[in-house]
Amino acid sequence: MTRTLTRRLAGLALIAGAAAGLGLAAPGALADAYPQRPITMVVPFAAGGPTDVVARIVADHMSRTLGQQVVIENVTGAGGTTGITRAAQAAPDGYTIMMGHMGTHGAAPALFKGLKYDPATSFDPIGMAAGTPIVIVAKKDFAAPDLKAFLAAVKSGGASVNQAHAGVGSVSHSTGVLFDSIIGAKPTLVVYRGTGPALNDLMAGQVDFMTDQIVNVAPQINGGTIKAYAIATPERSPALPNVPTTKEAGLDNYEVSAWNAVFAPKGLPKDVSAALVNALGKALEDESTRKRILDLGGTVPPTAERGPAALQKLVESEVARWTPVLRAAVDGNN
Amino acid sequence: MSDLVSNLGLGFSIALSLQNLALCFLGCLVGTLIGVLPGVGPIATIAMLLPITFGLDPVGALIMLAGIYYGAQYGGSTTAILVNIPGEATSVITTLDGHQMARQGRAGIALGIAAIGSFCAGTVATMLIAAIGAPLTRLALVFGPAEYFALMVMGLVFAVVLARGSILKAVAMILVGILLATVGTDLETGQERLTFGLAFLTDGIDFSVLAMGLFGIAEILRNLDHTETRDVVRQHIGRLLPGRAELRQAAGPILRGTAIGSTLGILPGNGAVLGPFAAYTVEKRIARDPSRFGRGAIEGVAGPESANNAGAQTSFIPLLTLGIPPNAVMALMVGAMTIHGIVPGPGVMTKNPNLFWGMIASMWLGNLMLLIINLPLVGVWVRLLKVPYRLMFPAILMFCAIGIYSINALPTDVMLIALFGLIGYALIKFGFEPAPLLLGFVLGKLMEEYLRRALTLSRGDAMVFLERPICAGLFAISIIMLVAALTPSLRRSRDDVFSEA
Repeated sequence: MTRTLTRRLAGLALIAGAAAGLGLAAPGALADAYPQRPITMVVPFAAGGPTDVVARIVADHMSRTLGQQVVIENVTGAGGTTGITRAAQAAPDGYTIMMGHMGTHGAAPALFKGLKYDPATSFDPIGMAAGTPIVIVAKKDFAAPDLKAFLAAVKSGGASVNQAHAGVGSVSHSTGVLFDSIIGAKPTLVVYRGTGPALNDLMAGQVDFMTDQIVNVAPQINGGTIKAYAIATPERSPALPNVPTTKEAGLDNYEVSAWNAVFAPKGLPKDVSAALVNALGKALEDESTRKRILDLGGTVPPTAERGPAALQKLVESEVARWTPVLRAAVDGNN
Repeated sequence: MSDLVSNLGLGFSIALSLQNLALCFLGCLVGTLIGVLPGVGPIATIAMLLPITFGLDPVGALIMLAGIYYGAQYGGSTTAILVNIPGEATSVITTLDGHQMARQGRAGIALGIAAIGSFCAGTVATMLIAAIGAPLTRLALVFGPAEYFALMVMGLVFAVVLARGSILKAVAMILVGILLATVGTDLETGQERLTFGLAFLTDGIDFSVLAMGLFGIAEILRNLDHTETRDVVRQHIGRLLPGRAELRQAAGPILRGTAIGSTLGILPGNGAVLGPFAAYTVEKRIARDPSRFGRGAIEGVAGPESANNAGAQTSFIPLLTLGIPPNAVMALMVGAMTIHGIVPGPGVMTKNPNLFWGMIASMWLGNLMLLIINLPLVGVWVRLLKVPYRLMFPAILMFCAIGIYSINALPTDVMLIALFGLIGYALIKFGFEPAPLLLGFVLGKLMEEYLRRALTLSRGDAMVFLERPICAGLFAISIIMLVAALTPSLRRSRDDVFSEA
């Protein structure tokens, strides 16, 4: 449906563009400038999810800079790889871009054997859009008073501790097994279809803990129905000012965020790439756009960490980071 | 109590503003229309309209989106009754007696009863949310994986009881349904199951694909095959709206359906799906002459339709009070809220009372509008049946193909509905019913998840299902119902029905 809308909007804009061209006889130099028609941003997850929300907020401002609508197209399936595969195979003309994600551009190579793209080589990176910090949350009557005691309890509890996650390939799964491997714990993994049901059981005390994106858990933490031990970012989040960072609480190497970044198919012309980088940069400088992302509990990476080169480096380090952890977790299951 | 009155007062003062009334009406109208178009469901529509609501204030936007959701529930029963295509899992049951009524020239009455039943159910459910929504959420937390598993088992027992023909065939269909539900990527291990390496099967089979093929396409094939039955639909249309006798007949089922649907709708684990099935089973069990069911019994439309709409309303309870979406449409509503800067969760009721009570008031107004929109439309829909079938069926086919393509933009989905259409036609020819298959499919997926989860949590100890009182109670009900269904007297009457069919 979103796709049909995209088509229809694209069609309308073409007609409008043609009419304007005929009527005004636009100067030749401008006629060749990118973009001439609406740009499709493929979001590989369902409308309304954390990635979709970030994409819509960013696309909204990018449209203003580019002078053409950036239309969101949700293509879901196979942990986001369906949409990214489709977008990767699109013509590298700047009219199809995508909102990639920690899963599709970091975890996917370890989880999907027949993956038809390589996160590091199949794309022209445009830039980071937002980070969604990961929070370590537990049922509200979990006995440990702080993170140190919690880590000790999870380690000594072994398989008697229940850890929830939202399915293989989900953020809560990837970040959860990374957490287990770092602290050296082996809890029982309890799987759910999506974060909603997992949170419901965490609130009811059916499971002991999970790691998930701040967007999903902050309302429950603030509502007192679950408790948070730490947030896995270098700095505390304004959305959860009382939750210590992992470093503050005594867990050094667990810093992880479900990042979102804009990519284009490989082989973009230089000027097109520059226009997109510029539009994304402007969007993230804009106060109201930043505020919308921050209000959700997300983070906007500092300028030095969000350009194409920084993103390329991040993708490579993320693939290297996730592959061994996830391979071990998935193979252990089979 | 005075709190409730003042809260509802606040709600209505917001919902009755000109802008919000207009948005509510728009949502209901759009919802009705997409509900009527086979395949185009509320999920696709809300996803598509989400960006359009950016410019609206959040309360108005959510009022409109909610209107689309319950409007689609109304519209979905229209296609179920007229052309035997259930738009949603919850309207599968309506096809059983609703479409039979249409074949007998009582389409108007079926549509009328569906609309009236839905309105009554919506009114009661709205009151319920307003009065006891918050305390009721505790029910959601009492239900763990083991209880949900027991609930799903009970659902499958319903499927056996409500089947018309031989029990053996019904059980076979349920099992095939469960088997189809296992296609796709396994949640726990990430392994593909029964996909034969085909990429379009990695996420499993879509409910709409299966429903449209087995019901819609198969029905068309059967109509083209049986010239005489299709003429029955066309010849006499009968009265447009239900009369006093019919209303009296439907009153009990509407009340019972509302009670059942509201209760199951509160459960966040997609319990609302069971509402119509449970309501139908109850009506059939307490009816003096159960053999009328499946042949155009008005109770078989009134009960499930009321349950369906009541469940659609009360499924807002876990969303509004816990911030947890019980189904895919509600997950979209969460997205809509976050985009509008409202954080769904336990705080919504206290932090955004305007939103909370405004939405509740708008639900009742929406139901009233739906009644006003739908009753005059009944005449229009019924007149559609007069269109010669040789013109109708290509149109239905086309809408099915467009609708199914619009969901995932996959050409393979269109081919799959053709395949399931052929399978559905074969099943009809051999006297197998598709409804139990569809129920097995819907519940099978959930059942497997809950079973595995319950056993993971109990470390493989199956006693967990007997040790927990609610769980054991649900199993006891299932066993009693199964025994009752298998008693000789009932079995004889079932066989009679089957041999006549």
